[in-house]
Amino acid sequence: MLESAFKGSKGYWVWLLALLAVIGVGFGFYLRQLTFGLGITGMSRDVSWGFYIAQFTFLVGVAASAVMLVIPYYLHDYKKFGRITVLGEFLAVSSVIMCLLFIIADLGQPMRLFNVLIHPTPSSMLFWDMVVLNGYLFLNIVIGWNVLDAERNSVPPPQWVKPLIYISIPWAISIHTVTAFLYCGLPGRGFWLTAILAPRFLASAFAAGPAFLIILAFIVRGFAKYDAGRDQIQTMAKIVTYGAIANVFFFLCEVFVAIYSQIPEHTAHLQYLFFGLHGHGVLVPWMWTSIFLMLAAITLLVIPAARQNEVVLGIACIAIFVGIWIDKGLGMISGGFIPNPLHHVREYVPTIPEIAITIAVYATGFLILTILYKVVVGVKQEVGE
Amino acid sequence: MDDTRRSFLKFAGISALGLGGISTLTSLMPGPATATKGASAPLYKDTNKALTAKRWGMVIDTRKLTPSLCEKMIDACHKAHNVPNHDNERHTIKWLWEDDFEHVFPMKHDEYLADRLDNLPILALCNQCNNPPCVQVCPTKATFQREDGIVMMDFHRCIGCRFCMAACPYGSRSFNFRDPRPAIEKENPDFPTRMKGVVEKCNFCAERLAEGKMPACVEVSEGALVFGDLEDPSSEIRKVLRENYAIRRKQNLGTNPSVYYII
Repeated sequence: MLESAFKGSKGYWVWLLALLAVIGVGFGFYLRQLTFGLGITGMSRDVSWGFYIAQFTFLVGVAASAVMLVIPYYLHDYKKFGRITVLGEFLAVSSVIMCLLFIIADLGQPMRLFNVLIHPTPSSMLFWDMVVLNGYLFLNIVIGWNVLDAERNSVPPPQWVKPLIYISIPWAISIHTVTAFLYCGLPGRGFWLTAILAPRFLASAFAAGPAFLIILAFIVRGFAKYDAGRDQIQTMAKIVTYGAIANVFFFLCEVFVAIYSQIPEHTAHLQYLFFGLHGHGVLVPWMWTSIFLMLAAITLLVIPAARQNEVVLGIACIAIFVGIWIDKGLGMISGGFIPNPLHHVREYVPTIPEIAITIAVYATGFLILTILYKVVVGVKQEVGE
Repeated sequence: MDDTRRSFLKFAGISALGLGGISTLTSLMPGPATATKGASAPLYKDTNKALTAKRWGMVIDTRKLTPSLCEKMIDACHKAHNVPNHDNERHTIKWLWEDDFEHVFPMKHDEYLADRLDNLPILALCNQCNNPPCVQVCPTKATFQREDGIVMMDFHRCIGCRFCMAACPYGSRSFNFRDPRPAIEKENPDFPTRMKGVVEKCNFCAERLAEGKMPACVEVSEGALVFGDLEDPSSEIRKVLRENYAIRRKQNLGTNPSVYYII
């Protein structure tokens, strides 16, 4: 099947080369990080996790959201999703690969990575995150590839794939739950110390992931002349709507508990993010932009006539994706570190090398995604869908 | 290979497997302390000079602290442990440092705080928690708890994920964002320097205790620091704690710090 990835239009090759160029630049910066150390980033003693870990957290959500296609198709026999389920699974594959790359980019001693396997430590949530992420990657590659191969040969997928598909459903939930557990089990970090963090992560994932998939469906329709289908896109739009509303609801629950209880350890972080603290507030405009984008998008999505207009839907999906990216990719991690445990406000801003490395990891993900989608579209066109 | 050698190897292999199994089981039990306690047979030679305790602890008598004394103690600590002095504030490494009362005890800050405390530098360091969150979260056991309660770092095993820094509620851990060696004023050959990309923190001078010496900061503290065995009722530290009301940092978190403050 992979052969169709080697046959493409001029635009396809230019896109791949452009991605490779971006990866090359980022890799150059990464070599600099390897020799100098993580000091080339904006991270500090006080904000010890930054952009890399935030992107990792966000992308775990995008990866987990594939389950929003798998559940309707395989559990509810919603046949129409047959056209796109594999797109969701391959989005999960490229997202998990980006997650793993971000973890490696964040390590101070990446060559010691395998110490996690040599000295397995079940008390560490990072150990379990490694287990569930790699397992999820494996599941989605095997499932996606075999189902697609069967489709190409016009035969039903092999029987042994079925149990893997069922396992992949709770497994998808587990990757974002364990990722939330990295943060919400830490005693001194009031911002994260909330039982609703995992549900909130999942809600935002089930909004941002399918929203991104809708955008991808429009792109694939435009460039590769493969239509995911109007009904399919509309069903995904409803999933996005529910996810986005649940996300805002969970967020408001957090705000209520913090503000009404008025416990300083919990309110200080929200105050920093949304109003600034002790004269520091680089994230304030970003956080309000995120709130505005989420609310505006929800308003558009709940109105049927607006949602059914694909231009409006596209805009709403971009707004959801960007809004949640700001929330998780900018505010969630550094917000938990500011103020620090001694209640000093030391801010964090990513540096140019850090951003370049981040963009390169995204480019790697898009490279893998492009190749996988090329294969999918090749098969779909071959069987005349 | 002759038979005895083969059976010996077989036996050794099975024993190793068994031991591995036991350590896996203990590490699954609740509480990070159990993961490392008990399994460590002494691999080093006992010189008989070593100071030992069931649980090392420290009392900081803030009534005796002065800015110059704090500086002296910090200097002694950082010199003894080759702590670098970076220009860039983001890259700061500190094992022992001073801060205001309202920052060392953020939840005990008071508008009507005693004047004395308002301008007093308070020492902060790793609390050597008896229930350390940093040990619980470390994915490689690079940070671990010894039987005498000291929470230590294996600089060679640390992968630099900085999970321990997120887990520490006291901001007691530092990360080598760059090579520390050029920023060390005068290298102490008796203690290892670190490399970039690993986390470090106060170790209660475990290397000095092994030689029968008190921690570097305690030695120059002019009585402001009392160091001893918290589980020995006849120790000086217990006497001091019996006679004075002492508080610990963020006690409500359940980390059970071994550093006490007499206010």
